[in-house]
Amino acid sequence: MFRNQYDTDVTTWSPAGRLFQVEYAMEAVKQGSAAIGLRSKTHVVLGCVNKANSELSSHQKKIFKVDDHIGVAIAGLTADGRVLSRYMRNECINYSFTYESPLPVGRLVVQLADKAQVCTQRSWKRPYGVGLLVAGLDESGAHLYYNCPSGNYFEYQAFAIGSRSQAAKTYLERRFENFTDSSRDDLVKDAITAIRETLQGETLKSSICTIAVVGVGEPFHVLDQGTVQQIIDTFEIAAEQEDPATEPDAATGQEAATEQGTAADQGGSTDEGAAPMDI
Amino acid sequence: MPKEQANWSPYDNNGGSCVAVAGADYCVIAADTRMSTGYNILTRDYSKICKLADKCVMASSGFQADVKALQKHLAARHLIYQHQHNKQMSCPAMAQLLSNTLYYKRFFPYYSFNVLGGLDNEGKGCVFTYDAVGSYEKVGYSSQGSGSTLIMPFLDNQLKSPSPLLLPAQDAVTPLAEAEAIDLVKTVFALASERDIYTGDKLEIVVINADGIRREYMDLRKD
Repeated sequence: MFRNQYDTDVTTWSPAGRLFQVEYAMEAVKQGSAAIGLRSKTHVVLGCVNKANSELSSHQKKIFKVDDHIGVAIAGLTADGRVLSRYMRNECINYSFTYESPLPVGRLVVQLADKAQVCTQRSWKRPYGVGLLVAGLDESGAHLYYNCPSGNYFEYQAFAIGSRSQAAKTYLERRFENFTDSSRDDLVKDAITAIRETLQGETLKSSICTIAVVGVGEPFHVLDQGTVQQIIDTFEIAAEQEDPATEPDAATGQEAATEQGTAADQGGSTDEGAAPMDI
Repeated sequence: MPKEQANWSPYDNNGGSCVAVAGADYCVIAADTRMSTGYNILTRDYSKICKLADKCVMASSGFQADVKALQKHLAARHLIYQHQHNKQMSCPAMAQLLSNTLYYKRFFPYYSFNVLGGLDNEGKGCVFTYDAVGSYEKVGYSSQGSGSTLIMPFLDNQLKSPSPLLLPAQDAVTPLAEAEAIDLVKTVFALASERDIYTGDKLEIVVINADGIRREYMDLRKD
């Protein structure tokens, strides 16, 4: 980006009232590979795109279990994310130890935000370069929060962060009103579809995405590759059976879909590069 | 002026007995459910047994407030281990952790007399027995608590292998079958309840084997 004379220190304001170092930290989040989250009344689903340095290496771990009822997906400097996850796990364990009950999600994100804020007001520190999507369940229901390097946090029905997240956000914006009453499986399908949006053309395989779920009666856990691949396959089957029709006409495409009785599959399928089907 | 003695103690003894017996592919851990103080009974239905990991269970007698704190501490450490290693702690690992945790408070000890029982990484039964400050040993069977002076000689008589000085050292695990070991444990507690005033009411038996963990109860003398 552009060089400014007020961007050397995090403790230096610009004349326009901005802290450039903090904004640069938010840039780091935008450069990381995508992570998305969405919630219903009873479940929260996190998903992320796996990035590997090379074909030879394993991919970065971007989804962490914090406690049975809380999980987090990160984008940006994954090392910072790991450290923050360790902090969150510690806080949950200590709270459980003292109060014999799970730490409410809202409390955890505030502690996290305050921790991030400290790094924006010390000349010997730098802001954390990671954005966190915190998914959790507590007495007040299912929650999805986004924590920024700036120390701000917001609650969301659905959100996407990282590179090419705008495509996922567009998809989620169109669908989010239905999420509150979605079933758990539909929520997972929507998550996978949102991930597919960020891939923009790349084939969707279970090896390049990770999905995790937390919900009522379901402690936080990462879905195994086999399950994810099965769900992806139900998309692909619908796509293959529509290919022979090769009508760019959306109406015909929808007819073909209902003919096969894949009514449950609201995500549907699209031609590569075409806009997602409007349901 | 003779030195004044404290008339308040941070400790209390809630009594009770614990036993554990290891087998070739199972482990039996048992403890009575009576909690007392002095000559009174506080409750007849208090569990001294705590599941620390998938294949690892601890029974502790002594001061139950310290026992509870110790159990919570170990449970928290186990969570951290799971986050870092992505798996459950094995019984021998938990045994070492318990020892270190106890010694950490060497100069204000947990008044807790523990037996740890479970399956090791190969699925064989193992029992570890402790003193209050963490000295521990892997054994084939053990008992702790107010009834241990009555129970231990009986277990020695039934289960102890000949001295390793005379014959080559044998495997620590007992040659008994699971059902026989459970019977032995029931006998042993009936025995202790007769003469130890702090042992009685109900017996809680936990059995760990390849299929998992199961729990059994048996009534004991209520006097």
